[in-house]
Amino acid sequence: MKLTVWTYEGPPHVGAMRVATGMKGLHYVLHAPQGDTYADLLFTMIERRDHRPPVTYTTFEGRDLGEDTAGIFKKTCQGAYDRFRPQALIVGASCTAELIQDDPGGLAGAMDIPVPVVALELPSYQRKEIFGTDETFYQLVRHLAQPMKKTPEVTANLIGPLALGFRHRDDIQEVKGLLCEMGISINVVAPFDATPKDLTMLGQGHINILMYPEHAEAAARHMERTLGIPYTKTVPIGVGATHDFIAEVAGICGVVPKADLSRLRQPWWAKSVDSTYLTGKRVFLFGDATHVRTAARIARDEMGFDVVGLGCYNREFARSIRTLGKEFGIEALITDDYLDVEKAIEEAAPEMILGTQMERHIGKRLGIPCAVISAPVHVQDFPARYAPQMGWEGANVIFDTWVHPLVMGLEEHLLTMFREDFEFHDAAGPSHHGTPAPKPVGVAPAPVRAIGAVMVWRADAETELKKIPFFARGKARRNTEKFAANQGLQEVSIDTLYEARAHYAR
Amino acid sequence: MNHSARITARTCRDAPVLRQRGQREVFCGLTGIIWLHRKMQDAFFLVVGSRTCAHLLQSAAGVMIFAEPRFGTAILEEGDLAGMADAHDELDREVARLLDRRPDIRQLFLVGSCPSEVIKLDLARAAERLTQVYAPRVRVLNYSGSGIETTFTQGEDACLASMVPALPASDMRELLLVGALPEVVEDQAISLLGKMGVGPIRVLPAPRSAEMPGVGPNTVFACLQPFLGTTVAALQNRGARMIRAPFPFGEEGTTLWLKAIANEFSVDDATFERVTVAPRTRARTAITNASAVLRGKSIFFMPDSQLEIPLTRFLVRECGMEAIEIGQPYIHKGLVDPDLDLIPAGPVISEGQDVDLQLDRIRAVRPDLTVCGLGLANPLEAEGLTTKWAIELVFTPVHFYEQAGDLAGLFSRPLRRRDLLKPEAAGPFPETHAVAR
Ligand code: SF4
Repeated sequence: MKLTVWTYEGPPHVGAMRVATGMKGLHYVLHAPQGDTYADLLFTMIERRDHRPPVTYTTFEGRDLGEDTAGIFKKTCQGAYDRFRPQALIVGASCTAELIQDDPGGLAGAMDIPVPVVALELPSYQRKEIFGTDETFYQLVRHLAQPMKKTPEVTANLIGPLALGFRHRDDIQEVKGLLCEMGISINVVAPFDATPKDLTMLGQGHINILMYPEHAEAAARHMERTLGIPYTKTVPIGVGATHDFIAEVAGICGVVPKADLSRLRQPWWAKSVDSTYLTGKRVFLFGDATHVRTAARIARDEMGFDVVGLGCYNREFARSIRTLGKEFGIEALITDDYLDVEKAIEEAAPEMILGTQMERHIGKRLGIPCAVISAPVHVQDFPARYAPQMGWEGANVIFDTWVHPLVMGLEEHLLTMFREDFEFHDAAGPSHHGTPAPKPVGVAPAPVRAIGAVMVWRADAETELKKIPFFARGKARRNTEKFAANQGLQEVSIDTLYEARAHYAR
Repeated sequence: MNHSARITARTCRDAPVLRQRGQREVFCGLTGIIWLHRKMQDAFFLVVGSRTCAHLLQSAAGVMIFAEPRFGTAILEEGDLAGMADAHDELDREVARLLDRRPDIRQLFLVGSCPSEVIKLDLARAAERLTQVYAPRVRVLNYSGSGIETTFTQGEDACLASMVPALPASDMRELLLVGALPEVVEDQAISLLGKMGVGPIRVLPAPRSAEMPGVGPNTVFACLQPFLGTTVAALQNRGARMIRAPFPFGEEGTTLWLKAIANEFSVDDATFERVTVAPRTRARTAITNASAVLRGKSIFFMPDSQLEIPLTRFLVRECGMEAIEIGQPYIHKGLVDPDLDLIPAGPVISEGQDVDLQLDRIRAVRPDLTVCGLGLANPLEAEGLTTKWAIELVFTPVHFYEQAGDLAGLFSRPLRRRDLLKPEAAGPFPETHAVAR
């Protein structure tokens, strides 16, 4: 038993829903109580989908238990087939139905349903949403994809994009463009918008572009083994990674690596002098492994940031993220407990967080700007405009998105010069944001957080502290207190403040 | 002569009820925690359930309240399912940790879920055991919010009902208002009744456990919400007596509700008139303004919040709408009869749901406004229908005179918006417009 308040991942059947909802012509019959239908709103509200997810729930009740819940499942399954006439069905159980052991797969298999029925075994009490996506897609591919003659021209399958993904819609477009430059066309994109019939054609492709390892690695491996289709290991998020991706694809397919860089602006934007202020900005990265891995490289090599913390919530990728952490000289945080993440961020005191919607809230509480780089995301992370993360345009988008929460370069200098001006004062926050700068939370901290003795600030030190621009003040306060504590002091004077500053100067 | 109920029914009270059994598309009772935990400020709601339960709470809350909330889910893991003794030990350990971290908690609700009920984890026993450990500082209660036993607002009913046996006994002649309402609304009710000389007035649930009301044979109570059937029965068991009235939505509902209480407390007509005349007039004006676009429009309620019957009464009688179907997850006749009495026969009354068949009916009649859950709203909008999310009715202050205009506004806004947006922007969306394309 584990007490959980907010979760990064839903249960595994929500992962299966993300695959089913991303596809067309597939229907999911889920043995589940009525409350589990809440999951529909994730798709219709957060992603603004204009169709119901293709899911029929049995919604059995307490009084059905010990009666004929299996009968309810069969009736629902038949009804769903008759009404929706899908090309294939997936069937499975939610956490509650798993306990009553009706075996939806066996029941549906014994029925006279004239289309492929794929049974899902998703252990709800051990695994989570991302496992559900990967496993569901794998099972679909395993049942539907066949060895077949390759297309005469070089074609690629794009695998991994699905419903409720962070910018999947636009990443597909961008990756298609990259491949097109090299004369590679598309065989199948899946699960996104694919039908079960499309999945039967996967075997024609020459290469699998594994866009999101979280959602399609099992399928990629399976196809490599059984269909002889190699898959890419580089995820083209960031300029360097996109170059590597092109080289990798060219190598696998035996084509000339080619890139049209005419739309790529990120390198110049990062180099131009206004961006000088980005130098050494201390950032904390948290999200799914793939996005954290790519973001870490961008942060260090393409933005000139200092990565002071990183981690992921999906344990399946723990080892690779730990290795990444070593490369950056930090210990990676692998956890799905947002309180741990909050604590780690508080301790690292970064100037910016690159995270999920959870870190956005953590940032709000701690008064640290945050840009979103990974699912889980909320409605504002499904923009109407084209906003990919992958490829050249993705690099441009990421530059803009990461810089947006920060105070702009010139503005930062002006704030320092005029910091005591009554109108142009720092508490007004970045001028391009309507709201005042976030302040550290005034909420009384939970007792659990009250660690160590309280440091007393002398009035003159406090006044001096106020002269430090707001975006650096929190860090200055914490560093000074840490420094003072290390010196065995109970009080902070102006001298302590400046000694600490000298101590931490970089 | 045809004596069938359909022909002879004059009000919806005697109308036949359409019952279908198929997929339901309603939240489970856990959802009530989202508003209950705001209302009871020293209570913590500990769901004993699965990752699904935690995810439901998070999704229904929309991550609106990200500050460490006073609810959480003790997620059952593989090990807990194996041996029962373990699960109780684990629960004790989690509770100990929680109460240690949150010394401000005075009431702890162990909330049952589908998984905890299917494995027959006895939370009543756990609550008793834990009460002995933590009394008098913390009282531990338990109720079911599971989807196999409760729908949506039924969770509040189960919660309040679980509190009743623990209320102190009282012989005082007191008025008890039952139902968790936003403070602003509750204050209005108390102030109006106070001005008539009705009192003392207590509320269930009280914002803090120390203020919990007493109950006994001299207690009379009035419900603020129509979904509190179990709580009503529990209070009656303690000897309290219910004042029956339509629910206080709109000017008419509020007046009838107040009047029923006024009669119980022998308030004379002149006093009643004096206290209510100004807010009544204000409410009428506000409704008239807000309901202009509602007049003559048709409305279809999918089963959701249990407020469907009293709201239909308000929309039909005070806003001039025509009801096509009033769906509810279940009907508690004893509570909603006074409202049903006021709705002229005509609309289909349905209980339970087969969502696909119900959507077929909606597509056939194409109502001007459909009240539905969040999972269905955008898909129906994309089909060119106009919708109102039911959940907003539970989260927004909508009771009593001063909110009557806002209540009408909740329904009129989607219609006004449809008229504001130019046709090409407002849909219906062509097939190719889907997000995923
Ligand atoms: S329906 Fe049951 S399993 Fe699903 S969220 Fe509600 S209580 Fe949990």
